Amino acid sequence: MRTIDIIGSAVSNTFRSKTRTILTILAIFVGAFTLTLTSGLGTGINAYIDDTVTSIGASDVMTVTKTPEGATGIAADEPVEYNPDAVASGQPGPPGSTVVALTPTDLDILAAIDGVLDVQATRSISPDFIQFDGGTKYVVGVGSLIAGQSIPLVTGVDPDNGSAELQLVLPVSFAEPLGLGDEDRAVGQTVAIAITDAERTQHLVDATVVGVAEEGLASPTGASIVPNNALSDALFDSQSIGIPADQVERYASASLWFDPASTDAGISALKDRLVDAGYTASTVADQLGSFKTVIDGIVLVLNAFAIIALLAASFGIVNTLFMSVQERTREIGLMKAMGMGNGRVFSLFSIEAAFIGFLGSAIGVVIAMLAGSAISSALSGSLLADLPGLTLIAFDPFAITVIIVVVMAIAFVAGTLPAARAARADPVDSLGYE
Amino acid sequence: MTTPIISVRDVHKSYGRGQNRFDALKGVTFDIRQGESIAIVGKSGSGKSTLMHVLALLDAPTSGTVELEGVDTAALRGGRLNRTRNKTFGFVFQQFFLTGNSSVLDNVILPLKIAGVGRSERKRRGLAALEQLELDDKAKNKAVNLSGGQKQRTVIARALVNNPRIIFADEPTGNLDTTTGAIVEDILFDLNRENGITLIVVTHDEDLAARCDRRLFIRDGLLVEDSAVVAA
Repeated sequence: MRTIDIIGSAVSNTFRSKTRTILTILAIFVGAFTLTLTSGLGTGINAYIDDTVTSIGASDVMTVTKTPEGATGIAADEPVEYNPDAVASGQPGPPGSTVVALTPTDLDILAAIDGVLDVQATRSISPDFIQFDGGTKYVVGVGSLIAGQSIPLVTGVDPDNGSAELQLVLPVSFAEPLGLGDEDRAVGQTVAIAITDAERTQHLVDATVVGVAEEGLASPTGASIVPNNALSDALFDSQSIGIPADQVERYASASLWFDPASTDAGISALKDRLVDAGYTASTVADQLGSFKTVIDGIVLVLNAFAIIALLAASFGIVNTLFMSVQERTREIGLMKAMGMGNGRVFSLFSIEAAFIGFLGSAIGVVIAMLAGSAISSALSGSLLADLPGLTLIAFDPFAITVIIVVVMAIAFVAGTLPAARAARADPVDSLGYE
Repeated sequence: MTTPIISVRDVHKSYGRGQNRFDALKGVTFDIRQGESIAIVGKSGSGKSTLMHVLALLDAPTSGTVELEGVDTAALRGGRLNRTRNKTFGFVFQQFFLTGNSSVLDNVILPLKIAGVGRSERKRRGLAALEQLELDDKAKNKAVNLSGGQKQRTVIARALVNNPRIIFADEPTGNLDTTTGAIVEDILFDLNRENGITLIVVTHDEDLAARCDRRLFIRDGLLVEDSAVVAA
């Protein structure tokens, strides 16, 4: 018997007992539907993190800090020895943590390490407030933007780092309270930023708004402005007035560029070289990785529930096919008498099982995609309106294919038991003589 | 003399073990020549059905040999055994064994499907077999909607479609009234005479047996009378 004929016969046999087949398909449908939604949830959230958080940094950049000799802050479990170079950590971490400051000497050492293309210190700028036209003063932070970062803009353009003009991008929530009107009118206006120097003198720096940024979940800056190089130089200079010259150049961290074509192995080799030199480095991927691990963990648990539903459904398949084998005993006997091999009989029934699995999963996946799209568009307009750009449930064609294939595989395995019984049947007994 | 198409030598067949052992065949020996029509006659439980299964290679004898055109069938296994069954034999059963919800044509072409014949060729040969049995107008009907006689003609078309050398008919008229039974008998004997297909009928119907060239009477697992031997 030709394979195509076996498949054709298996498919048409599926519809012989319609009610029974439909009930089995429904059971699989529930599992596949759940699995599609949960994996869609994972895809959606991870895609959102990818999209909005690309702004955390470019893929060819590492954040480098000097490796401290012991834990500090609340992570310390014994008194910490004083280190004159310790500065408050600019990196996420337990409160009270300090890092050992990087000095220009450190930057030179870093620049000399093999594989490092460029090193730039991350300056920490702490302005006091932002004000427009003598209006209300609002507290604001400064986000530092490094090469390759992108800001999710509502309107306007990115700040031009080549320009001598003082430019900034303003978060969308600041436009209205500052008195700039709506975001379109804010572009082109001049705002004043106040910053206090070491001698407690407050300086006002005027800058032009060139763009308005969306407030994403993980926007690099949160409620912060993104200045261009000229503005951040101006702010840093104002802030550094009164600090002894040898103390100005103390940085919590530095950005380090490497070859964008580096492989994972190349990157970890570079990290090892940095560790040997006494520095700690993490790429954007490292920082995102921990975010995603949490999301993936949650999705994995949800998927486990869906798989349990599928396992329950697979017993339905076993039952359906056992009944089918029972009903078709004589037909199986006849086919064997006519010279159909055991292997072919086995294929006939196990393909039928896989086809039931295919129908259940295909229907489940399609309906889950419709439901998922409807749910995420409904939620993004109401409950999740604060997270612009989030598609809660997104679908990845590869993941969908994997779900269908996995369900078919489960169905196939479930079908092997009844199929083996059919294959073993003796033609004479099956034909029901005497 | 040419090689007989089937040669049976001292065939025993028993089921079960020890106390439950039951000897269905206790040493049967005969030859069947190409183109003969043979009736295997016996009461229920005489061993005639077991004999048919052994002849049709559905069951292997416990001892003794069955040769098909001079080849010992004990040597046939797996794929070769299946191909031999598929190409050599056609079956006509009392209970028809049709798949009710499939079309008449689909039922008829089942042996061709198993043989791996292509779709268009299957259809052509299936329709030709139905035409031969004057059922071509029923090709698209569901088998369940046919009358008894039409069902048995469908079964004969199915037995014929792969051009078998031998047709086994197990009580072919058992489920039919006298008139339809007679028509089905005529069809079978015509096939035997005109196409040279060897016909082996298993029956307890004396009238049907009388129409065959030769009768083998089976009782308690033994061949008690062979009409060819008696006549000689």
